Amino acid sequence: MSNILNVSPSPHAHGKETTRKLMFGVVVALLPALFTSIFYFGYGAMIVTATSVVSCLTFEYLIQRFIFRKPVTITDGSALVTGMLLAFNVPSNLPVFIIIIGSFVSIAIAKMTFGGLGNNPFNPALVGRVFMLISFPVQMTTWPVPAGFSTGYADAVTGATPLAIIKEGLKNGEPLSQLVTQIPTPSQMFLGNMGGSMGEVAAVALLIGFAFLLIKKIITWHIPVSIIGSILIFTLILWLLNPEKNADPMFHILAGGVLLGAIFMATDYVTSPMNPASMIIYGCGIGVLTVIIRVWGAYPEGVSFAILIMNAFVPLMNAYIKPKRFGEEIKNG
Amino acid sequence: MLKTFPIGGVHPPENKITADAAIEFLPVPSSVVIPVTQHIGAPAAIMVNKGDYVRTGQKIAESKGFVSSNIHSSVSGKVNKTDLVTDTSGYKQPAVFIDVEGDEWVETIDRSNEIITEVKLSGEEIIKKCLESGIVGLGGATFPSHVKLTVPSGKKCDVLIINGVECEPYLTSDHRLMLEKGEEVLIGVTILMKALNVNKALVGIENNKTDAINHLTKLAPIFPGITVHALKVKYPQGAEKQLIKALINREVPSGRLPLDVGTVVHNVGTAYAVYEAVQKNKPLFERVVTITGKSLSKPGNYFVRIGTPVRCLIEAAGGMPEDTGKIVNGGPLMGKAINNTDVPVVKGTSGVILFPKEESQRMEISRCIRCAKCIDACALNLEPYLLMTLSERGLFERAEHERITDCMECGACSYICPAGRPLLDYIRLGKTSVMKMVRERNMK
Repeated sequence: MSNILNVSPSPHAHGKETTRKLMFGVVVALLPALFTSIFYFGYGAMIVTATSVVSCLTFEYLIQRFIFRKPVTITDGSALVTGMLLAFNVPSNLPVFIIIIGSFVSIAIAKMTFGGLGNNPFNPALVGRVFMLISFPVQMTTWPVPAGFSTGYADAVTGATPLAIIKEGLKNGEPLSQLVTQIPTPSQMFLGNMGGSMGEVAAVALLIGFAFLLIKKIITWHIPVSIIGSILIFTLILWLLNPEKNADPMFHILAGGVLLGAIFMATDYVTSPMNPASMIIYGCGIGVLTVIIRVWGAYPEGVSFAILIMNAFVPLMNAYIKPKRFGEEIKNG
Repeated sequence: MLKTFPIGGVHPPENKITADAAIEFLPVPSSVVIPVTQHIGAPAAIMVNKGDYVRTGQKIAESKGFVSSNIHSSVSGKVNKTDLVTDTSGYKQPAVFIDVEGDEWVETIDRSNEIITEVKLSGEEIIKKCLESGIVGLGGATFPSHVKLTVPSGKKCDVLIINGVECEPYLTSDHRLMLEKGEEVLIGVTILMKALNVNKALVGIENNKTDAINHLTKLAPIFPGITVHALKVKYPQGAEKQLIKALINREVPSGRLPLDVGTVVHNVGTAYAVYEAVQKNKPLFERVVTITGKSLSKPGNYFVRIGTPVRCLIEAAGGMPEDTGKIVNGGPLMGKAINNTDVPVVKGTSGVILFPKEESQRMEISRCIRCAKCIDACALNLEPYLLMTLSERGLFERAEHERITDCMECGACSYICPAGRPLLDYIRLGKTSVMKMVRERNMK
């Protein structure tokens, strides 16, 4: 017999799903949001994304090649996703050197110090974002208003985000009914025509990405739906109690980073829980914390902090919240 | 909405290449090797000596103990020797080597094509006949059928489930049997119902075999109590506990048997073998085997005598393709890779698959990215990623607590893992260690 036969334990078939395919699926799902942000923020969006992606890939390469001295795996797409998400979480006129510092924190500190892909407890892009927010508060909260390619990168016209307008206004005792006139209409917000981080503005683009992720079975519905659902319920209660002091639920979903956070950041495989029950608890925790920070906290936006706080609970949830096993208890019809 | 089991599952490409190939008789080979262990339980004791002349259907090894099975000669000829043979699992075990001379059957076997509908034997006689004829579960687990038919006192069985799911890709032996021997299969079901003293039997078939579903549905009204049910295509639906859940929504408790929820599951192949044993007096020495693979020139389904070397099957299917990289005995998800083609076909051989080289290698292993797809795929709601880690680190107490012994080794987790991690390999290791640990603890 001329053939040499392979012998290995079963199964002898594999689903052809790979880490790379999943990561590039996420990249594809992010493209609609990338296109809308280029549409609204022009050159700025392109420069920020390119800088962030290139520096994330470079840092990962350098660390794997020269510090870990292990095979370089930057082609698995995980650093590319981190780079894109980091860019989506910052204003489109952020100076290049800050983006490079943010990328370094994301990849080198939040990801590689823990051993790289699969081991980091906190979402790398969010760690990078929060680091930049705390270290460079002015640059990180100066938001260009959508102007397409009519303005350049550094000289973009800036303005406040809807969340900041409401937060400042309420603090100064202005009535909500008056503040509402200063912010974009819900349909404008839905399409993304407002100030904000470059990738978070267009709800429609993010929802298209969500649909893609669900159809491709890259993520399940549990985390995004429980985040959005808990924010809707919590803000609806507040709004019903005092409509003059609290913004309506729709505003809370469309303004700021809820959709980007719920669909792309909180669902990061490595830093989210692994069974459906934990996913729902995790999602509700993020939703509730977001609203608490927005309504009573110092910052107008709280999605990033909420996700990072809940990330910390993930190992605990994985260890103690167990799915009901098949045949665990006798229950017959 | 088609019925299915509620938790987990995967849907591999079906690749049922031989679905339309009618079952043919594989010529009797020049020699056969019949192992004494072709079933779960104690090995049978060899009753023949070197030089003895045996006839087709003659008992050559006797069942030892309750959970054991008789073995019959599948050919007529002279016993060349009794010696060790490497079986599918790769281990050596005793076997009877027979050189074929003609094909002289034991005269009590009814070789006519006539279909006998009327069941004359009583329930007890049927069970005895199954034991005598060496009937074992032909779905792959090869559990002796007479044991499954004997309901212990204190237990009750109210419904019989017939497994025509064939959820493994590639395999079509049960499919063809239902299509070509539908009547015999249903008479076999009636016999099983009589033995178990139940008046209801459900036949579950996955919806990728619509011709078989239609055929049996048309025949079923003649047989009181038998109904045919189409099921959504999902692996591992052929697993006993999953099939019970899908068909009658009863959940077999962990570590218990289907009888604990009032049911027994038999395969359609077993039903056919029972028909032949009870109505035609023919012991189990032949079964349907699918020989298939993408590169084979003539893949097909054959009635094969037990003990025929796999080599003969491959020759009948057009010879081994140049690009063959792996030969699997059984389905691609749960079958065993064999290391040579002299391995004999046994009672549990439902198919032989030849994989081309590019499909015979596993993918490179990378880091676990915690995507939870293994948890999603597990039909028992276990956490394969965790069980692998615990086994890898030797944390067997914790693995026991996480119910590693519930795992039925269907392989859905390894199949789905995007990082190509050998989840099932480690879970098997952990399972064996945990079971050893439990045995030692019980001995104290």
